[in-house]
Amino acid sequence: MISLQGISKIFGAITALDNISFEINKGEIFGLIGPDGSGKSTLLRILATLLRPSAGHAKIGKYDVEVDYKAIRKIIGYMPGQFSLYPDLSVEENLNFFAHIFGTRLEENYFLLRDIFTYLEPFRKRRASHLSGGMKQKLALSCALIHRPTILLLDEPTTGIDPVSRAEFLMLLKNLKKHEITILISTPYMDEASACDRIALFKNGKLLGVDTPGGFREAYKRTLYSIRGIRPARLLPELRTLPSHCWVYASGNEVKVSTPNPNEIYILREMLDRSTIKQNYQIHVIEPDIEDCFIARMKDTYGE
Amino acid sequence: MENKEAQWSIEVENLEKRYGSFIAVDKISFRVKKGEIFGLLGANGAGKTTTLRMLCGLLAPTAGIALIDGTGVSQNPESVRFKIGYMSQHFSLYEDLTIWENFRFYGGIYGMKLSEIKGKFNELSYRLNMSDQAQRLTRELPVGWKQKLAFMVASFHNPSVVFLDEPTSGVDPLVRRQFWDLIYEAVLKDTTIIITTHYLDEAMYCDRLAIMDQGKISAYGTPNEILSHYKASSMHEVFLKIAGKEDILA
Repeated sequence: MISLQGISKIFGAITALDNISFEINKGEIFGLIGPDGSGKSTLLRILATLLRPSAGHAKIGKYDVEVDYKAIRKIIGYMPGQFSLYPDLSVEENLNFFAHIFGTRLEENYFLLRDIFTYLEPFRKRRASHLSGGMKQKLALSCALIHRPTILLLDEPTTGIDPVSRAEFLMLLKNLKKHEITILISTPYMDEASACDRIALFKNGKLLGVDTPGGFREAYKRTLYSIRGIRPARLLPELRTLPSHCWVYASGNEVKVSTPNPNEIYILREMLDRSTIKQNYQIHVIEPDIEDCFIARMKDTYGE
Repeated sequence: MENKEAQWSIEVENLEKRYGSFIAVDKISFRVKKGEIFGLLGANGAGKTTTLRMLCGLLAPTAGIALIDGTGVSQNPESVRFKIGYMSQHFSLYEDLTIWENFRFYGGIYGMKLSEIKGKFNELSYRLNMSDQAQRLTRELPVGWKQKLAFMVASFHNPSVVFLDEPTSGVDPLVRRQFWDLIYEAVLKDTTIIITTHYLDEAMYCDRLAIMDQGKISAYGTPNEILSHYKASSMHEVFLKIAGKEDILA
């Protein structure tokens, strides 16, 4: 459905995207995941035909983003990172305005919006500027869907909104899958990977990998231990004396130790038993999460 | 035996903020130990920011008490101001100043003498191996560095409490880990850390949490206590349960 071949984007001295190639399948929820400044928005803007790549080709279906931009604009719904609806118009007026621009009516594709509209209905006369963050994002999603696009490009729709609204938003996206809409969503929050069929990890304009969330976990070649029961603030300084090929870091209220050699659990246990921290601890082998995978790929790519 | 006041860094009792008939913070009570990492969580509008502003002395409560190190915040806002540091989610250093100038500026604001600022800055930059960076403009620094510097600036005057507002949103996992290393260093020296956030993975780094909902504290305890109380496998699930939106989990 979407294919990227060697896409680069250079702004002066900054390489925002560095030779990116991958494919997105029809009907997928595809996540672009990476920290601020990793190139996610730039990539979405290229696909939305708002920026031209410095090198490479990108196609949406049979259309090339540089040549066929007019055709592409009809089949995509783009939700930019900044709230860009009219703050002085009401919910209803915004919807009617965007419907009009795309030469359609709200009623025409209402089946797509029905789920989202149940949330917006109580506020239909309210000005967009007076909506909560979560409601603004739902309105923006509705406006992006109003012309029944086949591809949705969503730039950080869940950034800055509260956890319940985030969960609602991601659920609404899942419900859109039955209408065979391909959804490309960017997010800095690694835990949102689980809402995606496949994800691409980005850092500093480079692609660290493309896979299913499960695929990333399977490709993790190291053994990961979790130590619980001792406050990370106390435990970390002790474990930092492990050899440097052991990565030691806090993750919430546990400390994780990642090692290429599973036998090192004996060194680890011995170290903990010798420790001055006389506290009960539990140590387990655990599955890596997407953050652990991201860290491993980053170290592979940048050799940190 | 230590005296009782020394044990608590923050004591809040029946703290309330009303705006007309609207109750933004509804008689909440909680206590935070010295050197603890305490998370104040909640959706937008739950009352986190109002609580935080009352704790910093920026907003007067309509009822109740807040003490920092035993000092009443509304009674002595000026003296409390010197006991606290604040780091916002948006990068809060001056981009057009050098690293050194930012430290000098903020140190001055917090009432430090120039000689003291110089001495501490030299020590800090030596320890962090950045002595040659002191004259660099802040805007030229990588994101991860800025985040760490913002924390160092917020804790430069040795405050007993540092408030962090969504400190690690949008940074990569390695930077986040390095950032937490700094926080851990600070708490081992008995600095108290208060984090306000609605990013739930940050919540798991806290020793204890208070989850706010409609001005009240609806859950209070260690992350594990809260998880087991709500029979939830993640903080995310706890939030949905508090909001009565468990159906999303299905």
